[in-house]
Amino acid sequence: MAAHTHENTAPQNGHLETASLDGKNKVLGFWLFLGAETVLFACLFGTYLALRNQTMGGPTGEHLFDLKLVALATAILLTSSLTSVLAMHAMNQLKLKTMQFWLGVTVLLGLGFLVLEIYEFIHYVHEGHTFMSSAFGSSFYALVGTHGAHVTFGIVWISTLMLQAAKRGITTEMAPKLFVSSLYWHFIDVVWVFIFTLVYLLGKVG
Amino acid sequence: MGTLIVLLVLALFLTAIFTGGYNKDFLDRVKTSKVWDWLTTVDHKKIAILYFMSGFFFFIVGGIEALFMRLQLIVPHNDLFVGDTFNELLTMHGTTMIFLAAMPMIFGLMNAIVPLQIGARDVAFPFVNALGFWLFFAGGLLLNLSWIFGGAPDAGWTSYTSLALNEYSPGPGIDYYVLGLQISGIGTLIGGLNFLVTIINLRAPGMTYLRMPLFTWTSFVTSALILFAFPALTVALLLLMFDRLFGANFFDYTMGGSTVIWQHLFWIFGHPEVYIVILPAFGVMSEVISTFSKKRLFGYTSMVFATVLIGFLGFMVWVHHMFTVGLGPVSNSLFAVATMAIAVPTGIKVFNWLFTMWGGEIRFTTAMLFAVGFIPTFVMGGMTGVMLALPPADYQYQDSYFVVAHFHYVLVGGTVFGMFAGAYYWWPKMFGKLLDEKLGKFHFWTFLIGFHLTFFPQHFLGLFGMPRRVFTYQSGVGLETINLISTIGVFGMTIGTLAFIYNIYKTFKVEAQAPADPWNGRTLEWAIPSPPPEYNFAQLPRVRGLDPFWLEKQAGNKGMTPAEPLGSIHMPSPSYLPVLMSLGFFIAGFGFIARGNYAVGILGLIVVVITMFMRSFEQDHGYHIEPEEIEDANKGVQA
Amino acid sequence: MSRQRLWRALLVFSLAALALSGCSGDPSLNVLEPSGTAGEKQLNLIMWSFFLMLGVFAVVITIFVYVLIRFRKRKGQDRMPEQTHGSTLLEIVWTVIPIVLLGILAVPTVNYTFELADAKPDEDSIRVKVTGHQYWWEFEYPDLGVKTAQELYIPVGKKVHLEIHGKDVLHSFWVPALGGKTDVIPGRVNTMWLDAKKPGKYQGKCAELCGAGHALMDFVVYAKEPAEFDKWVAQMKQPAKVATAAQKEGEQLFLQNCMGCHAGVNPKLQGPDLSKFGTRTTIAGILPHTEENLKKWLKNPEAVKPGAKMPKIDYLTQEELDALTEYLMSRK
Repeated sequence: MAAHTHENTAPQNGHLETASLDGKNKVLGFWLFLGAETVLFACLFGTYLALRNQTMGGPTGEHLFDLKLVALATAILLTSSLTSVLAMHAMNQLKLKTMQFWLGVTVLLGLGFLVLEIYEFIHYVHEGHTFMSSAFGSSFYALVGTHGAHVTFGIVWISTLMLQAAKRGITTEMAPKLFVSSLYWHFIDVVWVFIFTLVYLLGKVG
Repeated sequence: MGTLIVLLVLALFLTAIFTGGYNKDFLDRVKTSKVWDWLTTVDHKKIAILYFMSGFFFFIVGGIEALFMRLQLIVPHNDLFVGDTFNELLTMHGTTMIFLAAMPMIFGLMNAIVPLQIGARDVAFPFVNALGFWLFFAGGLLLNLSWIFGGAPDAGWTSYTSLALNEYSPGPGIDYYVLGLQISGIGTLIGGLNFLVTIINLRAPGMTYLRMPLFTWTSFVTSALILFAFPALTVALLLLMFDRLFGANFFDYTMGGSTVIWQHLFWIFGHPEVYIVILPAFGVMSEVISTFSKKRLFGYTSMVFATVLIGFLGFMVWVHHMFTVGLGPVSNSLFAVATMAIAVPTGIKVFNWLFTMWGGEIRFTTAMLFAVGFIPTFVMGGMTGVMLALPPADYQYQDSYFVVAHFHYVLVGGTVFGMFAGAYYWWPKMFGKLLDEKLGKFHFWTFLIGFHLTFFPQHFLGLFGMPRRVFTYQSGVGLETINLISTIGVFGMTIGTLAFIYNIYKTFKVEAQAPADPWNGRTLEWAIPSPPPEYNFAQLPRVRGLDPFWLEKQAGNKGMTPAEPLGSIHMPSPSYLPVLMSLGFFIAGFGFIARGNYAVGILGLIVVVITMFMRSFEQDHGYHIEPEEIEDANKGVQA
Repeated sequence: MSRQRLWRALLVFSLAALALSGCSGDPSLNVLEPSGTAGEKQLNLIMWSFFLMLGVFAVVITIFVYVLIRFRKRKGQDRMPEQTHGSTLLEIVWTVIPIVLLGILAVPTVNYTFELADAKPDEDSIRVKVTGHQYWWEFEYPDLGVKTAQELYIPVGKKVHLEIHGKDVLHSFWVPALGGKTDVIPGRVNTMWLDAKKPGKYQGKCAELCGAGHALMDFVVYAKEPAEFDKWVAQMKQPAKVATAAQKEGEQLFLQNCMGCHAGVNPKLQGPDLSKFGTRTTIAGILPHTEENLKKWLKNPEAVKPGAKMPKIDYLTQEELDALTEYLMSRK
């Protein structure tokens, strides 16, 4: 175990997150964790694709999905990925305020996405497409809902880290935490791209 | 909720009595007590002992369940345990043995040995390591509480739907299965992740990948399998939970669901799981055979590649559990060929073990006996494995006693023999005492003979038309004698296990400390005292090749050459958060199982979230052990 | 050490001999003594793979025994073995040979897999719709207009095409002496084919855990000569008559107490069709077909078959029970 260092010096290789052994462990561990998350979502996608036509007389995806709304949600989430990159860039330059600003924007965009998703779900429930209405309903909400839960967790997590960063500044201990949360954020973004394609676009095609 | 408060108060009382009454110094006394030390430890060696001992405890529990089943089957039309009771026994036997006995015993050995073998002071994430154990333990406990509160799960360890749905299994049994395994599964997942990072990042200077001992390699591949296989189980259990608790329709065909999806998800996890529990046993065998043959492992590189290949192919063969589902000849043929392909790397391993012994000087210690007994046993399991891989033949074997015989040959002959070999081999390193060899040999022979007596005849039971998971069988069709022999065999295994328990008890009473290197070992763990100090290595060793300690001994050196000067060693501080978080999960699980009591469930989840925040905001920089202390300790060892 | 090992080997062999001779399986449910084409093909593959594997086992065990005896540490010996790294040649040998062996095994495997999957009915074959229920089997002959339960009649020498349906949980249809199994999956139709080469009685089993009564979810397959089979079909199509006064009373009791489930009124609570109950040879698929056993079943089905869905008919007087039994037994 390497000793922790707390001086605010710019990292030599430009990456503060892997400047300590602890940081290296965290970053590697988190990449591996994302591997496990990939399998998790793959299983949910598989289940959804197998069951998406089992509507049992309820509304179909083609009938339900509103691509405009979903496209807006997609745009919001993709933008938040960009702002998260900007935050990490600021972190490695030790610019606390800039980082906090971009993290804040990321969180707000995430919240915007969530609001849209909740609005969408409420709309679906009114149309008779619920978690319990059919196997299609169950698998749809399981997949999209698990993603939504990940977004929610991400928002809470990043906000928590912003609080910590405000108190402690950018240290070699904070940097890997911030970095992996940003990795996580990109990951749920990528998952959303797959949801957009395999759930909404494919659902519209029929 | 009321029960919960009563239990909480009771626990406080017990703690107070245990630590000598409540007063001002109560908390201090709790914190210095041994129990607190074990509850909060993040030391991989202590966690290893926790894992190994709870795994062994559950092994006994699962064994008793098996004994009950064989007693029921001793004669036809017996009425000792029939119907649902028998189904509970068979479900809990399978679930307990795989998830609560095999997995923790493997994690126990991995925790005890892998950091030592790669020359590390600890694992990459000591906190996560402790959390992994406590989650496993909470899940296992929850699952076994089903016996007392509401009935055990009874749909088989595979818990196939629709049998596992509310309509056909109305009690809380399957809920215990779902939530118990979910909680312990999360623990296993993060445990595997921890070992991957540990092995990648914390190897001592000079310990390249192709110098890692085979046990470390198999632990590495097993951890990778855990990482990629367990999420499939997580999803399967999640969906089943949704179906059972929240009215979803994933597996209910009347609402458009599909029972086959459960089978796919379960076996996408389940087949790699088989390799998860067998690969570390392969690793143990490789270490033991090499040490007691006094030879370098034959074909080390091909052993490594065979391990990786088995792990990789393990993900490609799950459909061979589903040949009779009717997925069509193309899919059946493809998965049959993929399954047969696994025989090739496995064969490579067997021959490498044989040729490691070839030309060596074989010492038949108990550990070696288990390794040696493992070879023909496992090869027989492998033979039937290839036979089972052929779909048309499998149509006959599937779900018959032939399958039962097969997987006990690989799981007992492989994993259990491996764990016993590992226990006898590494006991001195884990506990600082040597297990009794005479008792050990008695243990081996009774267990081996009992095992073959139990399971060899079961091949014939299957071929003579006896399905598995049945609580009775017809008389007069040639099944009585074989079943009787099979039940008699169980007593052999029981006596063997009792001998092991007695051996453990006896060993704890023995005064004599084990030497650092009792077996003339080859790998790094034997270069440090038994048991190792909490920092493992006073100075990180420099590794010059495969079997580094052996190389140093051959070069006439007493120990490893240090790779760093003696300095202050950083250690992680103990934490009560893992126990607290697991307790939260436990309460949450219990709340959701007791339907309609979701308040308790949510309370548990709140505890989990709070502990997560506590962990996130905690600034724990551990503590340091100074060189003077280390030198003092070293003198103590030498004196 | 070697003596103990020898002893163990002897034990294993004597066990094998015992299992093969002393208590061999019964031809009514023995995989190793098939009476149908599918079972024969499967046995071929079983034996073929077994002997191939036995060869491999023999090689391994020979090296194993030799190594253990030859290279064991002897008293007072302290030899330093040569620390070999391996042998490329040997390693190639034991990689290539298994690949070749498995290749040889793969050819008939794939062949048989496709052959057995070809379950399309031809003109001459008998079609049977099989439905697995907790815990009984329903057999329907759509082309012949015949429905039965627990007992499947098939003509010798004809291909029997099975269409396998499920309604509740998974089951698996298995007649060991005729051929391997196919799962019963609710919401899905599976197909398989069977034939019997000689007349006889074959045991059928449920091979997938399906609940408390799984162990007792047995059925019987009767293979009859074609002429006898036709006679059976004719008999099954002939409605049974109500002759005696007791039978009349029994009919009334049947209509009042049993029709709900046994005449398909409630699809969720479906029991076997009993219109030809008198022709059966078992009660509930497991007990001999006697009046005594029928009464035992009626009074407490769960005592006979744990988990059985049928309610207790224990509220009838002794006379009523006799009448109902007589009525049911007369349904021929």
